[in-house]
Amino acid sequence: MVIKEIIYLMQKEFLLEWRQKHALGGIMLYLVSTIFICYLSFAGIMSVPTWNALFWIIIAFASLNLVLKSFADETSGRKLYLYTLATPSAIIFSKILINSIVMVVLGVLGFILFNLFMGNMAGGNFTYWLVLIIGVLGFSSILTMVSAIASQARNNFTLMAILGFPLILPLLLLLIRASLLAIEGASIKSVSGDLVVILLLVMISLTLSNILFPYLWKE
Amino acid sequence: MPNKTWNYTWKIFTIVLMLYVILGGLLFEVPALPVIHQTIRNIYFHVGMWFSMIFILFVGFLFSLAYLRTFDLKYDRMAFATVKTGLIFGFLGIITGMIWAQNTWGTYWVNDPKLNGAAVGILVYLAYLILRASLDDPEKRGRLAAVYKIFAFVIMFVFIMILPRISGPSIHPGVDGNPALATGDLDPMMRRVFFPAILGWILFSWWIYTVVERKDKINQKINQLNADQL
Repeated sequence: MVIKEIIYLMQKEFLLEWRQKHALGGIMLYLVSTIFICYLSFAGIMSVPTWNALFWIIIAFASLNLVLKSFADETSGRKLYLYTLATPSAIIFSKILINSIVMVVLGVLGFILFNLFMGNMAGGNFTYWLVLIIGVLGFSSILTMVSAIASQARNNFTLMAILGFPLILPLLLLLIRASLLAIEGASIKSVSGDLVVILLLVMISLTLSNILFPYLWKE
Repeated sequence: MPNKTWNYTWKIFTIVLMLYVILGGLLFEVPALPVIHQTIRNIYFHVGMWFSMIFILFVGFLFSLAYLRTFDLKYDRMAFATVKTGLIFGFLGIITGMIWAQNTWGTYWVNDPKLNGAAVGILVYLAYLILRASLDDPEKRGRLAAVYKIFAFVIMFVFIMILPRISGPSIHPGVDGNPALATGDLDPMMRRVFFPAILGWILFSWWIYTVVERKDKINQKINQLNADQL
């Protein structure tokens, strides 16, 4: 039953995203501009660890921007309407799923662009791709809940950043470490420990979201 | 009225305990160790502050759970007071730690998993204060703040467990994932002060918490009265 609700809600989200392409286009352009700025400012002083850290910081900011608007769009009238139709679990899970899907697309695009501009250091590296996909899943699952909190308060962009960054910091450190290992040619097996920890964090934040979201939802 | 007696007896006990800790901590003999020398005495204060902070913040976590169960604003006020008290002790712990680090490691801050974990924890609770400040409706503020606190507390807990494996070996003493507990290799001479110090600091922090909470309660009452007069 919940699964059916999630599917319907995701269809609705996709439709809305499709109708207002400027929102998604804005995030894409944000990503392109940031990468271009880095390309111009870091020219000639780039080492492999810097390359890697920079990429993850860009992805972290892009995901913050993307996830921020996932609840901001919901007007109070639509919220009330959704509340009568769907369970809170279905709503939060559909938001997390939609953010994860868009984040994977954004992460892949960002990675291709980053390799194009900043020098191809891990373009064909399968381990790096795996770390990237699992990493963005981690970002979207933690940040969606933070966005649900921040969207109900004033000046929610600042709030989103200060509430979210301390929470994704462990993830960021894990990802920078695992992806650096991947660039150095480590096998999937040697980064699997880190990936398992990230998946564990994803599971924990999904569980917490499921428990805590109903308290945010009902007013 | 046994209750009334207990109300001040434990405070007298705390004062005696803390006086003992300050005097004993500064005057009793400590083992001569290389590099650390007399700065080892800081262990009675620095570690005690962290213990009391963790104690107070854990109590605050329980208050937040209680708020979401009952929606009684009393618990929200109590949870808010624990964060304020916890931050005071957290900053004291960081300051004493930085002075200690300067005298033993030669620098105020090192890139160490335990130090970074503490810093991120402080950031989370400062963010909690900002979140509260940007909401006006008391009921909504309590709800959002409690949800964030519970979410952040659990994620932070996992973070502190996994941090040592991300950052490699730590220069800070203590068991991995638990910076404060390293009593196994503590000199018997020092245990005479260390254990009373931990108890004293925890009682002291609870005392401070009750003061902060009472101040908030009085402020609430005053605001209520002012609003009624208008």
